[in-house]
Amino acid sequence: MWVAFKRVVRAGLVGFWRSTFVSFASVFVMTIALFVIGAIMVIDQLLGASLQQIESKVDINVYFNINASEADMQALQTRLESLPEVSEVTFTSREEALTAFRERHRGDELTIQALDELGENPLGASLSVSAGDTTQYEAIARFLDEQRAGESPQAPIIDRVNFVKNKEVIEKLTAIIGVVERASITTMLILVAAAVLITFNTIRLAIYTSREEITVMRLVGASNTFIRGPFMLQGVLYGVVSGVVALIIMYPVLYWLGPGTTTFFNFNIFHYFLSEFVYFSSVIVGSGIALGLVSSALAVSRYLRA
Amino acid sequence: MIYFDKVSKWYNDKESVALENVTFQVAPHEFVSIVGHSGAGKSTLLKMLIAEDRPSEGSVFYESLDIHRIPRGKLPKFRRKIGTVFQDFKLLSNKTAFENIAFAMEANGRDDSEIAENVPQALALVDLEDKAWNFPHELSGGEKQRVAIARAIVNQPDIIIADEPTGNLDPIATYEVVQILRKINDLGTTVIMTTHNKGVIDELGRRVITMDSGRVIRDDATGKYVL
Repeated sequence: MWVAFKRVVRAGLVGFWRSTFVSFASVFVMTIALFVIGAIMVIDQLLGASLQQIESKVDINVYFNINASEADMQALQTRLESLPEVSEVTFTSREEALTAFRERHRGDELTIQALDELGENPLGASLSVSAGDTTQYEAIARFLDEQRAGESPQAPIIDRVNFVKNKEVIEKLTAIIGVVERASITTMLILVAAAVLITFNTIRLAIYTSREEITVMRLVGASNTFIRGPFMLQGVLYGVVSGVVALIIMYPVLYWLGPGTTTFFNFNIFHYFLSEFVYFSSVIVGSGIALGLVSSALAVSRYLRA
Repeated sequence: MIYFDKVSKWYNDKESVALENVTFQVAPHEFVSIVGHSGAGKSTLLKMLIAEDRPSEGSVFYESLDIHRIPRGKLPKFRRKIGTVFQDFKLLSNKTAFENIAFAMEANGRDDSEIAENVPQALALVDLEDKAWNFPHELSGGEKQRVAIARAIVNQPDIIIADEPTGNLDPIATYEVVQILRKINDLGTTVIMTTHNKGVIDELGRRVITMDSGRVIRDDATGKYVL
């Protein structure tokens, strides 16, 4: 048993080194396939980051009347926060709103003068409500409508809710996000399928060149395990080498892309790659090993049928 | 030892018949030649013996074992009882003569000390000790066939099957190969050989089975080549 195992390992290693061109071709194709898988992982992350970025910019603003009491506003905030759809509620006080207004209009003498002319703060406090998911804004808006309907008409605390204005934009974004997600999943599936098929075919060709050897092995009475072993080991080696090469190629590519992704998505893909390196390398090398092993086993079994 | 019981083989719904109702026996230590024109069914017969092909009807027995009822997993073990030699040698081109022979032993799970001992013996039997480290492309046709014979016998099989072993060889190499097969037979191994070569048959003076269109038409104990 041990002798057979030793021979299988040796035959696999020798096969890998001796058939240089075939090994090179297989590793080359498999590297591309694994690089595609790696690129898909990166694109998936970037897409996720950009969606989050877009989603975080969407919110519903609730503007309070100037004379709304602190307690009422606080109560509404607490109620909003207790809704399952709501992920975050930010309160902006009247003073903060005024500071932000002055900041925004710095240099605009006329507006600042007009504001100073008024003498008192004309701005109301506001709540900015973010939902966990863009599809949930509708529900939050409905909740706010009910709140307004329940208020006393003499002293309403809510001045206005800007959801109606945002509604169209929110719906459009939700639709776009859905389409992008579906399209990216489809593209990924197609790319992965193509990568797998190309790898499988290359390994099949590599083993086709050894069909004579397989015939001879069968004739001298080698067991199927003994015949299959070296080829499967070669498949694993292809996977490991290709996985490592793919990771080595990804490093400078992501290093180069990193700063760009920071400005565009506010998410540095290179830092992500480094911090999740174990995840990246296990998925890529793991897929390589699985791909090599399954391809080799399937390809050899063609020649083992009695 | 080997028993063909009413074996028939056809392809495509009896459109082409390879073997028709073939029945014969081979006793231990026999040297049997099977002759016939191309397409007479000689090679099909040999393929049945190593379970490379299965009969459409009838059975082939090795001692009391029905060859075509051996489970697939046990076939390799069965094939080790039979050494095979082919017209086109079927040597591995990236291995030396020694490695080609050793390979058959490795596949059988023999350990390295046995290999170191038995391979030179097999090479000596076919008179090729000095070519042990040559690759097949450095050997002549006759030498290649002798390596193939050494590979076939190195596991000490009960039977040697030789399918047109001299088909690609010149007269001198043919003579040498036949002498080696005869020597192997004298040492106690059953030999079954197919051939077209009249000279080989007449020189051997052993049992000859003559086939035509898938049927056995003659079976002579000390045959001549009659066709």
